[in-house]
Amino acid sequence: METNSYLDMELLRFSTAGSVDDGKSTLIGRLLYDSKSIFTDQYEAIEESSRRKGDENVNLALLTDGLRAEREQGITIDVAYRYFATPKRKFIIADTPGHIQYTRNMVTGSSTSNLSIILVDARHGVVEQTCRHTFISALLGIPHVVFCINKMDLVDYDEAVFEKIKADLEAFSSKLDVKDIRFVPISALKGDNVVHASENMDWYQGSTLMYLLENIHIGSDYNHIDCRFPVQTVIRPQSEKYPDYRGYAGRIAGGVFKPGDEVMVLPSGFTSKVKSIDTEKGSLEQAFAPMSVCMTLEDDIDISRGDMIVRENNKTEVDQDMDVMVCWLNEKKMVPNGKYAIKHTSNDVRCIIKEVKYKINVNNLHRIEDDKEVSMNEIARITIRTTKPLMFDKYSRNRSTGSLIFIDEATNETVGAAMIV
Amino acid sequence: MQSYNLTHLEELEAEAIFVLREVAAQFENPALLFSGGKDSIIVAHMAKKAFWPGKIPFPLVHVDTGHNFPETIEFRDRFVEQAGATLIVGSVQQSIDEGKSTEEKGFNASRNGLQTVTLLDTIELHKFDCAMGGARRDEEKARAKERFFSHRDDFGQWDPKNQRPELWNIFNGRKSMGEHFRVFPISNWTEMDVWQYILHEKIEIPSIYLAHERDVFIRDGVIMSTTDFIEQRESEPTIKKQVRFRTIGDATCTGAVESDADSLEKIIEEVASARTTERGTRSDDKRSEAAMEDRKKQGYF
Repeated sequence: METNSYLDMELLRFSTAGSVDDGKSTLIGRLLYDSKSIFTDQYEAIEESSRRKGDENVNLALLTDGLRAEREQGITIDVAYRYFATPKRKFIIADTPGHIQYTRNMVTGSSTSNLSIILVDARHGVVEQTCRHTFISALLGIPHVVFCINKMDLVDYDEAVFEKIKADLEAFSSKLDVKDIRFVPISALKGDNVVHASENMDWYQGSTLMYLLENIHIGSDYNHIDCRFPVQTVIRPQSEKYPDYRGYAGRIAGGVFKPGDEVMVLPSGFTSKVKSIDTEKGSLEQAFAPMSVCMTLEDDIDISRGDMIVRENNKTEVDQDMDVMVCWLNEKKMVPNGKYAIKHTSNDVRCIIKEVKYKINVNNLHRIEDDKEVSMNEIARITIRTTKPLMFDKYSRNRSTGSLIFIDEATNETVGAAMIV
Repeated sequence: MQSYNLTHLEELEAEAIFVLREVAAQFENPALLFSGGKDSIIVAHMAKKAFWPGKIPFPLVHVDTGHNFPETIEFRDRFVEQAGATLIVGSVQQSIDEGKSTEEKGFNASRNGLQTVTLLDTIELHKFDCAMGGARRDEEKARAKERFFSHRDDFGQWDPKNQRPELWNIFNGRKSMGEHFRVFPISNWTEMDVWQYILHEKIEIPSIYLAHERDVFIRDGVIMSTTDFIEQRESEPTIKKQVRFRTIGDATCTGAVESDADSLEKIIEEVASARTTERGTRSDDKRSEAAMEDRKKQGYF
């Protein structure tokens, strides 16, 4: 690697969902192994474990199973993060378990992903869990979905098998809002079309999985249209050199801010102009998502954590009532009409659950209207009312200003994840 | 057309700065663990950037095993002075003297495990409700599942099976009295990212990261530095080698690698072609397959 080639590398976050035997861990192991991201001591450790367990081959899946309980039971119960890089991109993999009782882990792992890899066993075609993973990817607003039709070696690399599954997936996905869908026939075990193009499927002219990961366009994954700057903290050095400095620190959640821009502060409605966007190394000409910056304004107005800086002609919604799709994360069921703490951008408020409209059967997308009890791993559309107005956008418009979490005020645990609709 | 892409380093930095600011906003009395190792150096460096032109709004805490490489301590003191930060030192020696810890015996004795007691004592003494550190998920497989905001009970213990879900960039730092948090701003960085960032930002690092000639001996295939803290067997003669360190921990359990990399550029080339993980030189991780997971449950960083 050239020492300065890192200067134009991009970062791609992707998630993989799958269960015990659909080959997900093998696929990740294959990506790491074929891209030479596995170190000798790691390889020796899994070689040794495989031998002890009596496995015939070195089990690449062992690379991704971190915790002792998982190694013992041979299952993945939590989200594990993996890292590798090629000369083009650095990758962060959120490796999540695929069983229905781990829907919450899948939601967690997918929440920051640019791309989702969904494995389909070529022998079984589209099954319940394929639909579930696709639905969750769409729900979490992941811009790119790549279906890997795996274990092609076990169906004699038959093109007809691949085409049938592809047609089924296209039919199912048409009901969902996914921007970019791809299909790749692979064998994770043998390595076909993962990093290297397959010699067994000359009927497939498309890209390998690695080529997609390295080249898929992610520049538009952030919203660069609606200016959103949630204030995280106020910086006031009160030092000799900076006696009157007052900067607003935070991470841009949308749009592009420039010095001179007319802005409005919500919820107060005061207006001002951006004076400067400062860093230790000098001022910036512009700032956009997901940059962390410190902004000063021309006028001295009262701004604190929780406020949102926007453009006057493009405001967020400001409301106490909203509908959200919630994924329940806790063993304790959601309490009907219960009160919860909420975190939304840099805001802390409380809310009451007003109504459960319906639950969704995540396997077939059917609405469940006669059972309104929301348990762990279930997804429901609910109406809430907050104690103070929130400044928000629809999740489909902005993943940052459109998401919030529910916290149990007694245990302080994060019990629900919600997307504003 | 204008492009709004960040490089991977810019995006990782933006994420870490967001986390640092979130800690300052959510906790009353946070602290940044600072060992003088490269990972804690870049976290402290980004803390400077996150609150500029203000000062770093929390103290740096060093848990001192007493078994240091002298270069690290010199570096630590200089860094603290330049940043205008406050330094608090928690001493493992003091914990031993007070009878809270017992020194390990034998040839492989190390104070690495004893850091946990001193760390928890220091947290309690200064009533820190959050301790930030430079741990990364790529270092070790138990760390791969660690959260950015990691909740610890009154005993400082980590419960890997009952971690709070962490979604989007929303971090839940709520806690009850007596509980505290560990926060890891560079969770998503790899060893390579750290080196590239050090080069790109021109960050000063302790000299022992660069190749130099050193008195060493070989134990179980690992190159160990000759120091007053380790007893060498007769079969372990002192020899001179051109080495550098990939991690800086307690001198009794941190091995060196043979290397000619005497500049950051050469280190990056070396890391790119390295065939073992950086913790491969740490004998504390080799004690068992779940060594790290067990130590973390007890409150190790």
